[in-house]
Parts: sequence; C-alpha cells; structure tokens
Amino acid sequence: MPIVKYITTDQLLVWVNALIAAQTVYGVQAKEQRFAYDALADAADLRLDFDVTILPPKKFFQPLVETIMKFHVDGHYESVTSEEPFIIFGVHPYDVVAIAQMDEVFRANYADTHYLSRRERATIVACDIQNASPSMFAACMGTATVEDGFDILLTKIGDGYVVDVRTAKGEALLVALGDAPDADAGTLARREQFWDDARRFLNKYLLKCKPTDLPALLEDQYEHAIWEHNAGLCYSCGSCNMVCPTCYCFDVQDEVDWTLEKGTRVRKWDSCMLRDFATVAGGHNFRRRREERYRHRFYRKGQYLWQRMGQIACVGCGRCTTACTAKIANPVELYNTLMEG
Amino acid sequence: MTESTASQDIYLPMPATIEESKLLTAVDRFFRIRLSSGAELGHMPGQFVEVSVAGIGEAPISLSSSPDTTGVFELVVRKIGRVTDALHALPQGSPVGIRGPFGTTFPVAEALKGQDILVITGGIGLVPVRSAIQYMLNRREDYGEMAILYGTRTPADRLFTDEIEDWRARENVTYLETVDRGDEGWTGNVGVITTLLPKVEVSPVSTRVIICGPPIMYKFVIAALAARGIPLEHIYVSLERRMKCGVGKCGHCQINGYYTCLDGPVFNYAQLSDVPEAI
Repeated sequence: MPIVKYITTDQLLVWVNALIAAQTVYGVQAKEQRFAYDALADAADLRLDFDVTILPPKKFFQPLVETIMKFHVDGHYESVTSEEPFIIFGVHPYDVVAIAQMDEVFRANYADTHYLSRRERATIVACDIQNASPSMFAACMGTATVEDGFDILLTKIGDGYVVDVRTAKGEALLVALGDAPDADAGTLARREQFWDDARRFLNKYLLKCKPTDLPALLEDQYEHAIWEHNAGLCYSCGSCNMVCPTCYCFDVQDEVDWTLEKGTRVRKWDSCMLRDFATVAGGHNFRRRREERYRHRFYRKGQYLWQRMGQIACVGCGRCTTACTAKIANPVELYNTLMEG
Repeated sequence: MTESTASQDIYLPMPATIEESKLLTAVDRFFRIRLSSGAELGHMPGQFVEVSVAGIGEAPISLSSSPDTTGVFELVVRKIGRVTDALHALPQGSPVGIRGPFGTTFPVAEALKGQDILVITGGIGLVPVRSAIQYMLNRREDYGEMAILYGTRTPADRLFTDEIEDWRARENVTYLETVDRGDEGWTGNVGVITTLLPKVEVSPVSTRVIICGPPIMYKFVIAALAARGIPLEHIYVSLERRMKCGVGKCGHCQINGYYTCLDGPVFNYAQLSDVPEAI
C-alpha cells in the first residue's frame, strides 16, 4: 500500500529537525539572492519554495573533487568509497529525472562503485516546484513532474504538504514524523490539478518540438551557421557544464602528499567546452575549434546520449542559460533556431 | 535504486612489474610487463591498457604483443607527456598499475580469416598493429596474401627493426617501407605512405586493410584505397583519442556519438564514413 500523508508546515519543521538530529541532511537553503544545497543545521533554513539551485544535486553523487583511491608509490592502490548515508531534502522533478539518467550512465557497461555507493546511501526527498526558475522549460521537456526516481515526494497543497512515500528508504524517514493523517481525496485531487498545471505552465521558454524530435532535428544541422556564430561569442568557460545536472565528464589526477610516498587519486569535474578537453599527449587537439566544442555539447545532449541510452540529456532546468555570460547556452533558443533551418 | 553495487572498482589498477625496458628510438621505449597476480592479461590485438605510475597519473597505452606471448605483455611508449616521461624514467623491476584490457580488437580471429591482408601503418601506429601482425604470422595459413606497408619520418624512427627484417625475409609476406626524409645510409623509398600503395596488389573482393598511424594519414590512405575499389567495410582503422577512463564514463574520447574506449579503438571504417570527427 502506498503511504500518502498530509502534514502541516509546522509538522514539516519538527520532522526535518528530527531527521537532522539523526543523520546528515542536505537541504535547499538561501545563498544570497539564490539557492544552494548545503548541510542543514536547522529546519528553519530549509527553503522548499526555491526556484532552482545554483548547482544540481549531482554534487552529492559525483563530488566536484572526489578521492577514488589511495596509493603508495611502491605501486599499492586501495579503493576509497563513501559509506556515509545521507538525505537530500528538496529535489525538483527535473533533477530527479537527471539523477535517474546519471544512475544509468554510471551503471552501464562498467558499474562505477564510487558513484553507486553514494547513490545507494542517499535518500531523496523530492519536492514539486513551487516557483519557476528564470530560464526553465521543464514542462517542454516532460520533467515538470515526476512519477518515480525518488524515495519521498513532497507537494505543497494549501498550508501543508502531501508526503508521498514510495520506497522502504522513504518509509524509514517516517518514523521521525510520528502521527500524521493520510492525505484525503480532496487534497489528492488538488495535487492532481497542481501537477496538471505544472505540466502545462512550467516554462519560461517554449521548445517548438517534442524533446524526442531533437535527435532527428540534429541529424541535418551539423553545418548550421549557428554553431560558428554562437561559438564566436563563447568564452569556453565551461559554466554550462558545471551547472548541468546531466553533465558528468571528469578528469582524474594523482595528488602526492608531503612524504612523496603516499597520495590520493582524485577525480574532478571536467568540461567539454574547455580548450584541451580532447587534446592527447603530444598536443593534437581533436576538437580544437570553439565551434566544434560548442556543437559537441548540444549534440551530446540532444542526440549522442539518446543513441546510447534512449534519453535526451537535458531536463529543462535552465541552469546553463542563467550561468552563461555570453547568453548562448539556452537550449530552447538554439534548438528553435535549428528548426527554422 | 534496488540494484546492489558491484564490489569491483573499475578504476583500481592491478599491480604489475616492468620486467624489461629498452629504448627503440630516441623517444620510444619498449616495456615488457608482468601482472603480479601471475594471471594473463587476456587481450586480443588492437586493445589497450591504462598504465598507472603512482603519484604521476594514468595513460592509455596500446598493447603491442600478440596474446600468444604468455605470462607477460608488451607496450611501446613514446616520451611525450607527464605519465610517459615518468614511465621512461622507471628502472626495470619498477611497479606499475594496469587496468584493462579495454576496447575493440582487429578481427583477426573473425572477419580477417581467409582474406588477403594489407597492413598500412605509420610511425608509432605500428605499436598496436604489431600485435595483429604477430597473431596472423603465428597462424599464417589462416590468411591469404599478406602485405605490410610502414612509413616513418626518418630511418631512425623505425620501431622493431629486428622484427621488420624477419618480415622482409619472409617469402609469404610483402614488406615495404618508406621514410619522409632519408639519411646517408638510406637506400629505400622516400615519400609519404601512399607512394607505396601502387606497389601492392589489392582486390576489392578479398583484401582486408588495417590502418593505424598519425591522424593526418587516414584521409589520404583511405582515399587511395577507395580509388582502387576497396569497399569501406573492408577497412579497419585504429584511432587515437584521450581515453582517460577506458570504461565509457569520462567523456574525453568521444568521436561524435562513439566512445573510442568502448566502441573503438578499432573501428570498421564503414561505421565511420558518416562520422565527421573520425578522421
């Protein structure tokens, strides 16, 4: 039986504080005028009315800098994986979809224990979108609401929240909630209406095709003038990659400690927009021109990953659009331009 | 997530030892390596390994020996970056880390069997190709005519000069070579690799071609082969990219939609004819 409760905002605060007392809880908090995930010290800091976080929750599964092994220069290597359980409180549907995509990426072919051990220890408390972000187009991408991929989904209805529990990990969190009534039929009907509206209205930009049309659209647009034009404005800064919930490319580096005998191998976020991303030893750069890198990113999102796993690697969060100084990262504008031929 | 995590860390190198290290040219060094576990690496020609020098990093390196060489495997490493500089400086007996083997193989045990073989290689492109040549020479009767074309910048850049003499001496192999610039002692061909092509017989039906060389080489060689009626699906190329992780995650080795580490490094050229980033 699915568990669907209804709690007041006050109950939510008490519940979250009880969770914080028991384990690590990362939640959405205000960061100057914007929002970011950080460790929660007090439920009062939790801002479920956020529009979008600066960085997506991928940073909890694939940290910006992550130690993957320890070594001794005598050639001994030892794997390092994270064992700590944690809760992420306040994940919007588009980010839930992105996480499910990353799960598939890191599971496919060769399973990545570093990503997967973090992922398995995480409990995801998703939260329906109360405020649209400045550049979002989640409704166009079909990611304004979400059916699965989370442990609990919170939806603000009236002065309280519907708490929809889908997994055993989610149920485990309910112990700290204590008694709460089941959501009644009227509340659930209002939630359906809320979802209907979300699926229609959560767009600041309108993609003029279905997301599943993008692979075919890109088929004939490799030489379109937009690549060179926009790349002429691009700073190759990689901000679009950094904020993207479905960008996961990484570099791996060895760091030696002061003894010069021991050290760690770390992986760090990398960016396909950076000049040397495809450079091999000896200096040959297989994607030397800025327009090649700019085009590669959109093809990877709209076609290449689709070919590999049947999903468009864009969830309509709009973070890249907001982060781009040159104002050339907006996928909707780009794809709509391509549609004009 | 219901699936449990696999316990194997795909990034964890296997301990290994450099059994032999010797310079082949001023910048290319040969390594014979043994896994500490005593296990066979279990590769096929065309595959690569990730070689770790603890504290320096990891680099993708082509396997150069045939799987018929057991107990050890051979690499050739050009001194050209951080990890390869460090490898060159390691004395015999030094530990290294190995991951792999990774990637696709020259189809020596499948599509190449019973066919005429034409190997076209330039510079250190000979390194992965040597694995296939050794494999096929060990089973010479499994293949038809066999020709090897090798080009380097100068005579001093030629790798495996002893083995080359063996290929040249064989009656059942045509071996031709060329250099971009000769020296005083050089009496052979001078010119780019495509100048050797008219000297070998090819058949649109029975010839299968293996190509591996510097990026610039492929376009010209493939155009010359196409002009002689070789269908694209009879051509196998081994491509170099930045195969950082080797397991299809890190994104660096993409050739349009392909991952060189998973879908390559050996590709049937028919796969690549509509792939603009390939050559």
